[in-house]
Amino acid sequence: MPLSKSVAHQRPVWRRRTTGTQWLIWLIWLSGTVLFLLCSQLIAGNTNWSFVADAGRQGSDLISRMVPPEWAYASELWLPLWDTVNIATLGTALGIMVAFPLAFLAARNTSPHPVLRPIALLAIVTSRSINSLIWALLLVLILGPGTLAGILAIALRSVGFIGKLLYEAIEEIHPTPVEAVSATGAGRLQIMSYGVLPQILPAFAGISVYRWDINIREATVLGLVGAGGIGLQLNASINTLAWDRVAVIFLLIFATVMVSEWLSAKIRHAII
Amino acid sequence: MTVSQDSDSRMAVSTWRRPPLIRDPRWRWALWIGLVVYLVLAFASIQVDWSRVMEGLGRGAAFISAFFQPDFVSRRDDIVGGILESLTMTVVSTVLGILLSVPFGLGAARNIAPWPVYGLCRGVIALSRTFQEVIIAILFVAMFGFGPLAGVVTLAFATIGFLAKLLAEDIEAIDWRQVEAVRATGAGWWQVMNHAVQPQVTPRLLGLSLYRLDINFRESAVIGIVGAGGIGATLNTAIDRYEYESAAAILLVIIAIVMATEYASSHARRYLQ
Repeated sequence: MPLSKSVAHQRPVWRRRTTGTQWLIWLIWLSGTVLFLLCSQLIAGNTNWSFVADAGRQGSDLISRMVPPEWAYASELWLPLWDTVNIATLGTALGIMVAFPLAFLAARNTSPHPVLRPIALLAIVTSRSINSLIWALLLVLILGPGTLAGILAIALRSVGFIGKLLYEAIEEIHPTPVEAVSATGAGRLQIMSYGVLPQILPAFAGISVYRWDINIREATVLGLVGAGGIGLQLNASINTLAWDRVAVIFLLIFATVMVSEWLSAKIRHAII
Repeated sequence: MTVSQDSDSRMAVSTWRRPPLIRDPRWRWALWIGLVVYLVLAFASIQVDWSRVMEGLGRGAAFISAFFQPDFVSRRDDIVGGILESLTMTVVSTVLGILLSVPFGLGAARNIAPWPVYGLCRGVIALSRTFQEVIIAILFVAMFGFGPLAGVVTLAFATIGFLAKLLAEDIEAIDWRQVEAVRATGAGWWQVMNHAVQPQVTPRLLGLSLYRLDINFRESAVIGIVGAGGIGATLNTAIDRYEYESAAAILLVIIAIVMATEYASSHARRYLQ
C-alpha cells in the first residue's frame, strides 16, 4: 500500500496500488478486450447470418415439433437406459482400478522411483485432455460399435480425472501418521496400507462417486458415435427428424441425471 | 478400534484389527451381495462381437504406431484452421459465459434473491448442467445452422451451469456481517453488491473462470462432431477416413494445448489467490 504525495495538500494520500501495477492491470484488461473482439470478429465472419436471423423461428418450430412428446416410445428406451447406466458404472469402476495405483505412482511423496513419476503424470494428463467422446470415436473404430467401446471410453477418461484428484489428495496427507507407522518397522506396503490409505479413503470415495455422476451424463451421448447407450436412439431419432421422440429421450436423460446427481450428493455427504 | 481376543494363539495375546468400514454386518453383507448381483447383470448385458474385435485390433495397433509418426503436414491447413477456430470459440464463449454467469449466479443465491428469481435461475442452471455439451450443441446447430456460432452459444450456455452454480454457492457462504455493515451505511442494492458481496467472491470467481477456459477448450474439440465448429469436425473426418497419422497429429496438438493452458491457468490461479 504505497503512500504518494499529493501535490495540492502536501499530505500523503492512500492508494491501493502503485502506478506500475495500475498500468499493468489496465494493460491486461486492454489486451483481453482486444483479444475478445478479434475472436468474436473471426466467429462472426464464419457465421451464416441468414441462418441466425432465422433462429427464433427454427427454435419455436423445434419446440412445436417436440410437443407433445411421443410417450409410447419410452417403453423402447428402458433397455438403452440400463445400458447407459452400466456404461457409466462399469467404466467408472474400471477407471478407478487403473487410477488408484497410478495416483500412488504420480504423487510426490509415495512415488517409488523418480523416473516413474513423470510417466504416470503424462498418462494422467493424456487421459484428461481427450474427451470421452473422442476416446469412444477411436474405440468404436477398433472394437466395433457396442457398449464395450463405451465402457472403455468412459474408463479411459476417468483415469485422468480420478488419478489427478487422488494424487493431489495423497500429496496433501499428514506426514505424522506415516512416520508413526514407519517407526514401528513397517514395510513399504504396510506404510501405504496403515499410514496413507486411511487418510485418503474419504477423498477417494468422494472423487469416485463424483466422477460416476459425471459419467452418467457423458454416457448419454456416447451412442452418437456408436458406443452404446441411449445416445444411439437419440441419434436415430434426430436423423429421422422425429423430434417428439427426441423430447422423450431428453426428459428421460434429465430425470436420470437428476437422480444420479442427487444420489451422488447424498453419498458424498454421508462420507464427508 | 476393536481389540479382539485371538482364539488361535495359546498365549491369548490381543491383536488390533482394523475396524470395518460399515459397522453393521447385515448392511455389509447386503451391500456385497447387491454389488455382485449388479455386476453379474451388468456384465451379462455387454454384447461383444469377438471376431469384430479381432479384426479391429490391427487398426488399433496401426493407430498406436501412428502416434509415434504423426502427420502434421498433409492436412496442415485443416488442422491449423480447426485449432484456431476452437481457440477463438473458447475465448468468446468463456467471456460471454462469465458475463451471463454473474447475473444468474446472483439470482441463484438464496440469501440475496427473491423466490421467483431464485427458482428461474436455478432452473436454467439445472437445465444447463444435466445436458451434456454435445446434446446442447445438437439443438443449437439445429437453430443457428452449422458453424462456430452454434458452438459459442453452446459453450456459453454450458458455462452458466458450471460458473453460476459455483458462484451462487459462494455467495450463499459469504460473511453476512459485511453485508449488514455496508447496509447500515444506507447503501442501495447495487452498492451492497459492489462493496460487500463482490470483494468476497471475486478471487474464487476469477480462478473458476480460468478453470472453465480449460474445460471450454476441451469441449470445443468435441462439439465439432455434431457440426458446431472447431477442430472436432476435422478430427472426425480424419478418423472416418482412416487417416490415423493426421488424427494422431490432431490429438497430440489438443493434448499439448490442454497441457499448456492447464499449466498457465494453474500458475495464474496461484497468483490470484
